[in-house]
Amino acid sequence: MSIKVYVPRDSAALAVGANSVAKAIVAEGIRRGIEVSLVRNGSRGLLWMEPLVEVETPKGRIGYAEISMDQVASLFDANFLEGGHHPACVGLVEDIPYLKRQQRVTFARCGITDPISVADYKKYLGYEGIARALQMTPESIVQEVIDSGLRGRGGAAFPTGIKWKTVLGANEDQKYIVCNADEGDSGTFADRMVMEGDPHLLIEGMLIAGIAVGANKGFIYVRSEYPEAFYALEEAIKAAKESGYLGKNIQGSGKEFDLEVRMAAGSYVCGEETALLESLEGRRGIVRAKPPLPALEGLFGKPTVINNVLSFAAVPSILAQGANFYMNYGSGRSRGTLPFQLAGNLKFGGLVEMAFGLTLRELLFDFGGGTATGKPMKAVQVGGPLGAYLPESQWDTPMDYEAFAAIGAVLGHGGVVAFDETIDMSKMARYAMEFCAIESCGKCTPCRIGSTRGVEVVDRMKHGDEPEAQEQLLRDLCDTMLNGSLCAMGGMTPYPVLSALNHYPNDFKSNLNKISEKRGDKYEPA
Amino acid sequence: MTKIISINEAGHQEQAYAIASSMKHMQGALLPILHAIQEKIGFIPSETVRIIADELNLSRAEVHGVISYYHHFRDTAPGKSVIQVCMAESCQSMGSDALAQHIEAKVGCAMHETTSNGNVSLEPVYCLGLCAQSPAVMINNQLHAKMTPQKFDALLAACLGEVQ
Repeated sequence: MSIKVYVPRDSAALAVGANSVAKAIVAEGIRRGIEVSLVRNGSRGLLWMEPLVEVETPKGRIGYAEISMDQVASLFDANFLEGGHHPACVGLVEDIPYLKRQQRVTFARCGITDPISVADYKKYLGYEGIARALQMTPESIVQEVIDSGLRGRGGAAFPTGIKWKTVLGANEDQKYIVCNADEGDSGTFADRMVMEGDPHLLIEGMLIAGIAVGANKGFIYVRSEYPEAFYALEEAIKAAKESGYLGKNIQGSGKEFDLEVRMAAGSYVCGEETALLESLEGRRGIVRAKPPLPALEGLFGKPTVINNVLSFAAVPSILAQGANFYMNYGSGRSRGTLPFQLAGNLKFGGLVEMAFGLTLRELLFDFGGGTATGKPMKAVQVGGPLGAYLPESQWDTPMDYEAFAAIGAVLGHGGVVAFDETIDMSKMARYAMEFCAIESCGKCTPCRIGSTRGVEVVDRMKHGDEPEAQEQLLRDLCDTMLNGSLCAMGGMTPYPVLSALNHYPNDFKSNLNKISEKRGDKYEPA
Repeated sequence: MTKIISINEAGHQEQAYAIASSMKHMQGALLPILHAIQEKIGFIPSETVRIIADELNLSRAEVHGVISYYHHFRDTAPGKSVIQVCMAESCQSMGSDALAQHIEAKVGCAMHETTSNGNVSLEPVYCLGLCAQSPAVMINNQLHAKMTPQKFDALLAACLGEVQ
């Protein structure tokens, strides 16, 4: 019997040479006359270890970390196919503390299975959620999701079941399910890992949503920066169709549901749900005013469930194992687990799925291992480009929606980006405004004009041109953007800007102050 | 004065017509059509806008508006190689600003530009989703993480065909 060797097909592994490692393993096996059965799995989320090659042995799966093409021959020499000793060996993968400590629900399967294989998916509770849903009434499916306490994982944290209930109650023949896979936040990659490493989970979640609200068509809107996710989804959809999980008469139930993957085109604001719907309809991604809610008038004017990848991906476990199973994780009103993404300047970046309630410090140091550069950590941005920067005094905040709101921050999509002491926070504040200026859809004035003015004001502060007056102006501007913008793009850009200003005021002091006073000249914007 | 249509332009129009007419029945067909044309031709030539508009029963302004709105769509031909450098927060925390400067100097053009010999186009991107392995770049749709100036120089040499 041939020995199973796993080399991830996740982008994070491909970006450090996984394809050439996979090819080299097959070639070396042929050269030595050893039969190797290669599986391209998803990633375990221990991203500093990629490419993480695993071998199936009677004891369990043994891992070999950070393997390059040149090391493949030495792996064979060390008899890695029987778990032999090698400097890169990390032992049983399941026993690695980073993985063992986690509470994996959504990511229970990711990295273990062949992502495209329906049989592999079903080996680990796959398609059991839909099996149960098909025995239930639409109302009771929706009630199960409400009871689980699941809230939208895209960032807004709106109760998923309530959204579904509105769509279920809408009296229309045509309804749609739309998945927001426009994961544009820096510091986030959990959606990508689901799509590349366990795409049937997303398919099943959307299928359950379709059965629950009476929609027969779904779209997955994937960002163009994620070509691998796009291909993996297309392959998995084909496999699901062949196994009777998509198409007409799903599993003999007489119900119909079809899925299509659509590629976005590099606009950050299309992650906002109404802009995304505009884009899917073939227009510029301009934000729509609400109401009407997409749940009543969404895609092509029809009632639409639009949820993030992680929201849909949480649903199959809720249906398969019951609302209580999911509800029992978490703290306060934040129920279930959140796949946190540790990114930026951290020694051990990766995916950490835990119940809500652990502290940011635990994530940064117990999992993340501190900064990659070894320098003291200065600031942490949680929740993407529109999330606040947190100084050390706030790192003991529990990771839950309400605790973060209480300190003027957001959990968002669970991205955590760490910065060491070399970072200039006025530069990050300026960047937040600049990013908003680049990505603003232009519909509302606070966002379109405010962001450009914001860049200029930060520049003037740094040049020591009436810094106190500029600071007041920046605060006023942030107030206008916060309260006057149509969507979160302009409405939340002040979070990183104000948190940087409030917690790191020294970074905004001009080093040109004295020079320009002496010369008596003032900064003139270019 | 009659406009002389070059063979190239006529060819582009033919390709665009074949794509647009075969895909126009999709729901929300414009973005998939634009992706298909860009995939085929490398960019979306201005002479194809009218064809797309006619097929979808849209105005030329609507089609042009969509092409110019999205960062991904190009209306001019890119360099033979396209290098995208992630400039978002996570990559900044690992020195992407300095890396970008190195890349601009090494390639010989600034971001959003193409080298004068047409070999390389440089583009900033805001997140390639490799945030735990920053900084990241994408060269001709191939992802590369944990980028360093040395690694970049080797990759650039390889894509310019300088490796012996």
